[in-house]
Amino acid sequence: METIQEPFDLIRLSLSERVFVKLRGDRELTGILHAYDGHMNLIMSDVVETIMLVEGVDAVPPGPGATVKVATRKMDMLFVRGDGVILVSPPSRT
Amino acid sequence: MLIFSVFKTLTDQQVTVELKNDLSITGVLKSVDQFLNIRLDSIKVLDEARHPHMMAVKNCFIRGSVVRYVQLPSEHVDTQLLEDATRRGSSPRSHPFIG
Repeated sequence: METIQEPFDLIRLSLSERVFVKLRGDRELTGILHAYDGHMNLIMSDVVETIMLVEGVDAVPPGPGATVKVATRKMDMLFVRGDGVILVSPPSRT
Repeated sequence: MLIFSVFKTLTDQQVTVELKNDLSITGVLKSVDQFLNIRLDSIKVLDEARHPHMMAVKNCFIRGSVVRYVQLPSEHVDTQLLEDATRRGSSPRSHPFIG
């Protein structure tokens, strides 16, 4: 009975699959989801974190002179605190 | 509660805690509580040059709410067990918002 009835079911069906997580502070993660709870605390493995840094122009929104610097790093096994999570997206099934 | 249990099984292991102010602290996990407050021993700050005021600190208590990530020793995490426990624990009854 693997049907989606409430929002958390979508995340439950993504267990042991690679998910995309958007976090506060212009951070994004992809990794394999192993555990979560009602606070959206997550435990993921084989994680790649991407941090977006806008530099150059202080104008809001940034003008054409602004550059976006992207930093990535890899982590083996990671606990992510739920209060920083904006969204969790299941793997794209192509 | 599941995540609390995971941290309890990792006591006396080396972890790296990244805080929301970008400070990263590596140390031995001595204890954890239900708020995921963390006590670390034999700590080492990753970027000491940027945080010289932390050099004298040897152990610390970290309030759970300021934690962004905790890097765990993957060899001490049973991912299959975690997934099974999460599936069991995520029946609608046990959701904190419903249960």
